[in-house]
This record gives sequence, structure tokens and C-alpha cells, in this order.
Amino acid sequence: MKWEVVIGLETHAQLSTVSKIFSGASTAFGAAPNTQACGVDIALPGVLPVLNTGAVERAIRFGLAVGAKINSPSIFARKNYFYPDLPKGYQISQFERPIVEGGTITIQVGEAEKTVRLTRAHLEEDAGKSLHEDFHGRSGIDLNRAGTPLLEIVSEPDMRSAEEAVAYARALHTLVRWIDVCDGNMQEGSFRCDANVSVRPAGAKELGTRREIKNLNSFRFLQQAIEYEVRWQIGEIEDGRTIQQATVLFDPDTGETRMMRTKEDAHDYRYFPDPDLLPLEVTAERMAAVREAMPVLPQLRREQFCAQYGLTSYDAGLLTASRELADYFSTAAAGADAKTGKLCANWISGALSARLNEESLDIAQSRVTAGRLRGLVDRIADGTLSGKMAREVFDAMWAGEGDADAIIAAKGLKQISDSGKIEKIVDQVLAANAQQVADFRAGKEKAFNSLVGQVMKASRGKANPQQVNDILRRRLAG
Amino acid sequence: MSNATLKELSDRLAAGACSSVELAQDYTNKINGLGKDLGCFITVDAERSLAQAKAADARRAAGNAGPLTGVPLAHKDIFCADGWLTTCGSRMLSNFVSPYDAHVVGRCNAAGMVTLGKTNMDEFAMGSSNETSFFGPVRNPWNRDTVPGGSSGGSAAAVAARLAPAATGTDTGGSIRQPAALTGICGLKPTYGLVSRYGMIAFASSLDQAGPMARSAEDLGLLLNVMAGHDPRDSTSLERPAEDYNRNLAQPLKGLRVGLPREFFADGLSADVRRAVDEAVAEYRKLGATVVDVSLPNMGLSVPVYYVLAPAEASSNLSRFDGVRYGHRAAEYTDLMDMYKRTRAEGFGAEVKRRILIGTYVLSHGYYDAYYIRAQKLRRLIARDFVEAFKQCDVIMGPTSPTTAFRLGEKSADPVQMYLSDIYTIAVNLAGLPGMSIPCGFDGGGLPVGLQIIGNYFDEARMLNVAHQYQLATDWHRRAPQGVA
Repeated sequence: MKWEVVIGLETHAQLSTVSKIFSGASTAFGAAPNTQACGVDIALPGVLPVLNTGAVERAIRFGLAVGAKINSPSIFARKNYFYPDLPKGYQISQFERPIVEGGTITIQVGEAEKTVRLTRAHLEEDAGKSLHEDFHGRSGIDLNRAGTPLLEIVSEPDMRSAEEAVAYARALHTLVRWIDVCDGNMQEGSFRCDANVSVRPAGAKELGTRREIKNLNSFRFLQQAIEYEVRWQIGEIEDGRTIQQATVLFDPDTGETRMMRTKEDAHDYRYFPDPDLLPLEVTAERMAAVREAMPVLPQLRREQFCAQYGLTSYDAGLLTASRELADYFSTAAAGADAKTGKLCANWISGALSARLNEESLDIAQSRVTAGRLRGLVDRIADGTLSGKMAREVFDAMWAGEGDADAIIAAKGLKQISDSGKIEKIVDQVLAANAQQVADFRAGKEKAFNSLVGQVMKASRGKANPQQVNDILRRRLAG
Repeated sequence: MSNATLKELSDRLAAGACSSVELAQDYTNKINGLGKDLGCFITVDAERSLAQAKAADARRAAGNAGPLTGVPLAHKDIFCADGWLTTCGSRMLSNFVSPYDAHVVGRCNAAGMVTLGKTNMDEFAMGSSNETSFFGPVRNPWNRDTVPGGSSGGSAAAVAARLAPAATGTDTGGSIRQPAALTGICGLKPTYGLVSRYGMIAFASSLDQAGPMARSAEDLGLLLNVMAGHDPRDSTSLERPAEDYNRNLAQPLKGLRVGLPREFFADGLSADVRRAVDEAVAEYRKLGATVVDVSLPNMGLSVPVYYVLAPAEASSNLSRFDGVRYGHRAAEYTDLMDMYKRTRAEGFGAEVKRRILIGTYVLSHGYYDAYYIRAQKLRRLIARDFVEAFKQCDVIMGPTSPTTAFRLGEKSADPVQMYLSDIYTIAVNLAGLPGMSIPCGFDGGGLPVGLQIIGNYFDEARMLNVAHQYQLATDWHRRAPQGVA
């Protein structure tokens, strides 16, 4: 039987505010346990929450960026359950009226585009952490994270493969960083996903029973977890068993998911509106101010790059992986024609990205500025540099030896494009290699490459390879 | 000296007739004597009180005294006070020393007032007789076999027994007004949002409101001037310009329209209370008021609505008392769940557990709409009744409580009877309106009767004026229980 996979994602994006969502304590990562938890965070008797307007502003920015409806008022609700790292015994979240409703994210799978619908995004506070190691049979509680602002972004079950789910998560990750609402640091837990996965016979209308994989904090784990889960579910059904609704955890060591709890042990959270917080009103002025400050979004930047420089949507997608990268490209390609623009794109996605990766730098830390990269590309476009030479110049720029022209001058790397000079060299090579000329004429194509090599060698690598080719062909045909 | 009102003490201090240290000493001595017999206080700390009094005297000497600088008062033990044991009347917090001041406490401290101690109360403010306190009941100074009312029973009894010239209280369903009535003092629950709830241990957040308890309307106004004001730490605190709540005290009452809701004078009202309230209304007519018959048709729903909403909020508010970070924790347990169960079973008393159970039930999946949502809708109807009534009158009057003080233990076995003790006060909290109680006579047994005055939103100054004019014409508020003056 053919199976269709159905995936929806719930993503927790930690909002990049300096202080917590309902208190003035710092949200900085990595402090000593319980040093960033004030009376409100540890839920002393009598304390009250006060909403951080910076968190609201970020939620609105996200909502506008995905074309969602901003609810006014939205309502904060209490989600009640007992756990030692949940100091109040309830989490303040939004339930019936979230601040953001609807919206879409465009994802790219290969060259194809797909729209994933969002259900909602709501504001809530994070819990603390329970530490089960190093306490000799007891548990430690660190409340530094308690009260950290989160935006929980819920998608519709619109994804049909692990690849699509990862593409969605990546697009969302790019977007929240792009609009500066979340730092996207997945190791520190600033961006984490829960995946709801089900399978159904291809063509079926009813959704299968889903299982939710919790807390996936890398794209690789997201992919592996979904792939395993899909295989497991299909296996179960094909073996005649039914899927029980459940929450599962992914174990990166085994690559498997395992059951955490079934629907039967699900909590009754007893949601009700939090009487300590007023309904959250968002005025038209506030919306306008947020809209005003919104950067051009990745989707539009992609379209602009394609239209202006004839980039493929795949290439434009690479260049809009972050706002910094897109800005780098825009600066490099400023005023360029399509050919030069495309060359800039290739160099950024190729040599530059490889270098950045090798040294674990991000684009903002690049040792070659956008202006210098363009200097290099211009020398390629005007025929001064061959590809091989350009590589050498790039490496020298990376090593801090100056801009392209200075390096070309210093190394004497100017390409020979004068046909007369090249013809002279070609003639010398042909005269000295009669055997290979004969071989070529006898139909051995390999001999041609050998002759090209000889010419390049004789020019000490400076001859324009295209011209060498053309001239050789002409001469051998003659 | 301890028979003096806040106003009189303020004047004496200003005139140099006494020092703050003398006052603190005098009250502290009485608290350690009569106060112990009545069970009014959970914590006294004479050293702290005297240190505050010394600072107040120094401030006066430096010429920086405000109207209440050096005047002592008592705080209900629901208010967190920095360095003070703050128990909320519960075993759960019997070891909790607050590391911070509630807004109300901070305001009183900033005014230079001297904290005499923390008063006894029903556990987590859940009760109408002060019998649910972990620290034992409070006795009514008018008759020690009767209750002082609750939940602010310790504050009320302390003020009635002249152990403090004034005290802070909180009122979720009548917890300032009913004990004020039962102990023959004055108490005011302001409009919801007028006094910050920051640092006041939450019972039912949408209903809780702090207010002053004292022996005259004028004193209530003086203390309210200190307590009220916007606080950015409480999102439900209202941003309004500061006002002097005593600015209208002298205004004559001619033309005042007094609304008498017929539902306040129906079955269940004791004859003695009815007589005293009728006489008070007659006095108001003499003062120039006209009386209007009004109706609050949904008032009968207020007790059931309250006993859905208040426990719902309480069940969630009290979840933080889990033994993890502070407060009581069971000595022995096998695992986390066992720790929770034992801690909460030991830490909470029967009435608190009852309300947590009710609240958890009404919020549960499948019952939420039938109880919580329905109650919220009815709450709006009850509030609308008052809006309609206030189209015909300036203030509403009636009894504060259907009976005078009842005997200790008389209603403790029957929660519903106990709940009905607040039948006239609860609707006011549901509507968020200001309400007050002032003494207006005695029953046949010599126990005080309270007159309830309900005002429109933010009409505290008018209510105080209405009460003050009555107190100029009568002396019920000057009567003291035997042997305490």
C-alpha cells in the first residue's frame, strides 16, 4: 500500500527580549543556577505578572511578517499543572484567543515552492529546568529560564515529508532571525520544534492518529526523528496494529523515538483567563509602528534577486538564508549586470561559504568584504582573471593581502587575452608536439586536452583558457 | 490614649502632645495583654515596631512628617512585610518570612506609620468567622464567646478592642465589611483596582481588594489616602490621579438619594439587624436624604456565582504552595507526588481544601462551560443590576450581614450557612464596586450591627462623606466594648 505522511509542527521560538515576559529579571543564557530568578519568577506569595511590551512587539512583528491576523484583544490564560520547575503551578500562556492567528510560510523543496498555513502563534512563558544529575538521588531546580518569553508557532498539518518539515523549520528559523524576534540559537534551546506525525493510505481523506515528537532542537534530529517515526507507524499498521495517540521523545543516540505518555495520561490543564492580566489590546498605531520598522522580508528579497540578476530560485534561496547574507549579496552586486550578479552569487554560495564554514564564521565575520568580493568578480567578468587565478586572488584576499587589483598587480596574475600573443604560444606548442597533433587528427580527442595543457603551461597559467581552446581548434582544423 | 482615633493621634503627634515611641509602647503593651486573650495577632515584634516609631519621631523632629507619620497600625497577615513572618493564617506559610513589602505595606511605611504586628485571619482569607486560621480563632471583644467575623477578623477585633487605631484588611466577598459589622467598627472595600494587590497573597484575584479598617469614616479616608494609588507592579491597578478621599466630609446630605434594594430586606434578615438598619435610614432622612426603592434582581445568584469563581481562581492561585521553594514541606515522602500530596494535605486546612476541590472541579474539562463560563455571564448580570440601580440613587444602603456575631463553632459544621453570612456583601465584589460598613446600633444581646453603604465606581469620597455626616449625628462608632477603652 502507498502511504501519505502528514506532519504539523509546533515551534517554540524564544523571543529576544532583554528581560523576562512577566518580570524584570534577565534572560541571558548560561548564568549560575537561580541567579536570574526574581520574586515573580520564583512565585513568591503575593507577586504579580506585568507583561513585557517588547515581547508583544515581537509577536506582532512575527504576525505581520507571515500575513496573519493580529487579535485585539488577545487573552492570557493559565495552564495549570504541578511540576517542580513550574513555580506558580501554572504556566501563563494564551489559549482561546492567541495574539497571532493564521498566516503562511512559503517553503522551498528543491526548485518547487509550497505554502504552509499557520494555525496560530501565541505568547507564553517558559518553565525552569529540573537537573537530575549530580544531586545524589535528588533533583536540582534552576529557575533562570522560568519566565523567558516564548512565541509558540503552530502550523497546520500541511507537510507531507520529513524534507518538507525541515524546509518549513528552516524557513521559520530564517524568518524569526530575519525580523529580529529570536536569536535562533538551537543549541541553547532558543528555537525548538515538536512534530505531530501521522500516516494514512494515499488518497484517504481522514487523518491518521498522530504521535507528537517533543523537543527537537536540530534540523538533523527533526529529519531523523520524523523518518524513524514514519517507518515505525507504517510498520505498526502493516503488522495489523493501530496507532495510539501519544507523546514521544527522540533519542539521538539510537535514532529512535520512544513513548513518553499516552493520551490517557494527558493532563487536564484547566485553562482559564488569567485574572492578573488584562486582555491585551493592540492599537492600530502600534501595528503601524511595527509595520513601519519591518525589514524587507526574505520572500520579497528572493523575488527581487531572481528578477534583477536572473538567479534561479534555488540560488536566491541560498542567498536569503539570513538577512546578513542577503545584505552582503546586495552590496556585492550593487549596480551590476545579470552576468556579474550571477558571478557574485556563485562566489558567495561557493568559495566564500565554504571558507566561512571551514572556519565556523558567519557572514558578518567574513574576512573578505562585499566590496572586495565585487572587485574580484569584476576582474573575472572583464577577462583579467581566469577561474583558477581568481581562486588564487580570493585566497590572498582572505589572507588579508589587500583588494583584488592590488593582489593581481603584486602577483602579476593578469590573464593573457591578447589573441596575437596566444596564437604565438599555440604555434610554438604545435610545432614542438607533432605526435599529439597527429594523434588528434587521427581522432584521439584526449590529445587535444594535452595540447591545451601545454599551452597553459607555456603561458604560465595566464592565457585565457577559452581563447586557448578556440585558437587551438582553429589551428588544428586548418 | 488608645481610645483615640487616627485623626486624634495624628493631631496629638503634630502638637507634640505625645511621641510615636510612647504610642507604640502603649499599644504594644495592650497587644501583649488583651491582644493575646482575644487572639488578634499572629506576629508582634515590639523591637521592630519601636525602631519604626523612633525613626518616625526623628522624621517629625526633622520637619518631614506627613499626616500619619508616627501613627501605629496593624496589618492583616495576608500582606507581605519585609522581614516579618507572613503566614496568611496557614500552616503552609507558618515559616515564611517575606523578603519584600506589599505595595500597601510599603505605602504605610513610606508615610511613616508604625507596624504594630500582623493580625490573625481566616486561612488564605477563606472564611467568615476567623475560625479557619491555623493560629486559632479570634474572639469578639463584645462577647468573647462569639466570632469577630472574617476573614479580616484579627484586624477588626484589634481595632474594636483598641489594640490598634486602624488596620489594613482585604475583602474578596465581604472580608472587611462583615467583620467590621460584627465588631462595631468601620471598614471600606474600595473600587476594584484602586489599591494595588502587589504583595497581598492572592485568594481570588478578580475579587480581592485591600482597604482600611478603623473607628470612624474620617479615619478610613486618612488611611485610604495612604493605601490607594497606581502601582505598575499590578496590571489591574488603575491609573487615576491622586485624590483626597476626605475632601467632601463636611458636605451636607440634603438631596442625597439613598437606594434600598428590596432584596436586602427579605427572608433571612434578623429582626434586630433590620430594626437597626431601619433606624439608620430614618436618621438619613433626618439629615435630608430621600429614600428610593431599588431592585437588584440577580442578587440571589451572587452567592452561588461567587462560590464558583472565587474557588476557581483560588485553586490556581494556591498551586504555588507546593513545598518546593518555601513554606511548609512534609518531613517524609517517598517521591515527588508523595511530597506534593503530604505537603498540601498537612499544610492546608479543611476549608481551603474544600475550595481548592470546588475550584479544580469547576475548571475541569467538561464542566468549565457549565460552571465557570456560566458564572462569568451571571457576574455581568449582577454588575448590570447595580448600574441600573445607580440610575435612581447616589448610594445604596442595607445591612452588612444578616445577623450579628454568632457563637464560636455555631456555623463551622455547615459551610453553606457560613457562606450565607456574606449574602449582602458578595455582589459588591462581583461588580467591583466600593462598599463599606459602619456601626449603626446593637442587637438585644448588645452585639453591634453594621450598616452597609455601597457607592458607584470611584465614589469613595462621597461614601465617606455620607458615613461621616451620620457619625456627626450619632455616636454608635464611639461605643467601646466593656473593659477595653
